Amino acid sequence: MSDSQGPIWEVFVQKKAGQPFVHCGSLHAFDKEMALQNARDLYTRRNEGMSLWVVPSAAITASSPEDIGSFFEPANDKVYRHPTFYQIPDAIGHM
Amino acid sequence: MNHLFTYTLRLADNALVLGQRLSEWTGHGPFLEEDLALTNIALDTFGTATSLMEYAAKVEDKGRDADALAYRRNEREFTNILLVEQANGDYAKTILRQVLVDAYNVLFYTELAKSKDETIAGIAQKAIKEVSYHYRHSSSWVIRFGDGTEESHNKIQDALNELWRFTGELFEQDETELTLIKQGIAVDSKAFQSKWEKQLDELFAKATIKKPETVFMQTGGRKGIHTEHLGYMLSEMQVLPRMLPDAKW
Repeated sequence: MSDSQGPIWEVFVQKKAGQPFVHCGSLHAFDKEMALQNARDLYTRRNEGMSLWVVPSAAITASSPEDIGSFFEPANDKVYRHPTFYQIPDAIGHM
Repeated sequence: MNHLFTYTLRLADNALVLGQRLSEWTGHGPFLEEDLALTNIALDTFGTATSLMEYAAKVEDKGRDADALAYRRNEREFTNILLVEQANGDYAKTILRQVLVDAYNVLFYTELAKSKDETIAGIAQKAIKEVSYHYRHSSSWVIRFGDGTEESHNKIQDALNELWRFTGELFEQDETELTLIKQGIAVDSKAFQSKWEKQLDELFAKATIKKPETVFMQTGGRKGIHTEHLGYMLSEMQVLPRMLPDAKW
């Protein structure tokens, strides 16, 4: 989508080095630098993160709601895919 | 004459008046993201103004606090440079005014952080990171305007034509500055004038805009001789404390 405010970008924030980038919202911007600056001003005002990604929304390919059945439901009855049948030694800690 | 007070108050007035101008955009920005960006910059600028104003009040030591300095002085007692009081105009003009100040502030506060006055050095140190970001914001907008459409190009070029004549004051030095420079407290801004000009020339080249060639530099702000814009701005800024002195909220 594009209008007088520029195209939409998706913003991902990383809280600390090593952690995943988490989607936190979207914004309008005309170019990469502006998207990055707007993301900084909109989403990191309260120390939310140490690193930012901005991605043009148009570059994201998403599954559609109609896909839920064929995409995700087949996984419902395949509990053996969860690694819950293994004993994890205490020494390993959180996985 | 208390040179340290005069100097600190000048810096405080520059920050306060610019902060007030920027805050006029709050709720009126061209769109939400930019509205917030400019409000953030206004807040940073007010933060610096507050620290400087509090220090000026302390240095003066005549019972006036920062609020008294901000809200109970008249136009002729304000010592900010003329550039920062210029009306916002359109967004291009606000951005152009900002880039002239931001480019200067990055160099200025970097030097001021070395001041022998520890309080001033501390305030400057904190400001460096903020003004570096402000420059990144305003300079990228200058390029965007300049190499954008014909209309945006004309707007930023008009702004440069109009505002360049107020830049001479950035590098003026009088007895106050010269005395404090000798003492290692004030910044010798002339020392980085050519660097400032070169940096802006490079930016203007990228934005495909040109400085006006022959300009008579305006002066007077630091002596309290202002353009007509400041009075209107102050009347709005000061109306509440003037109407309800010592009101608390």
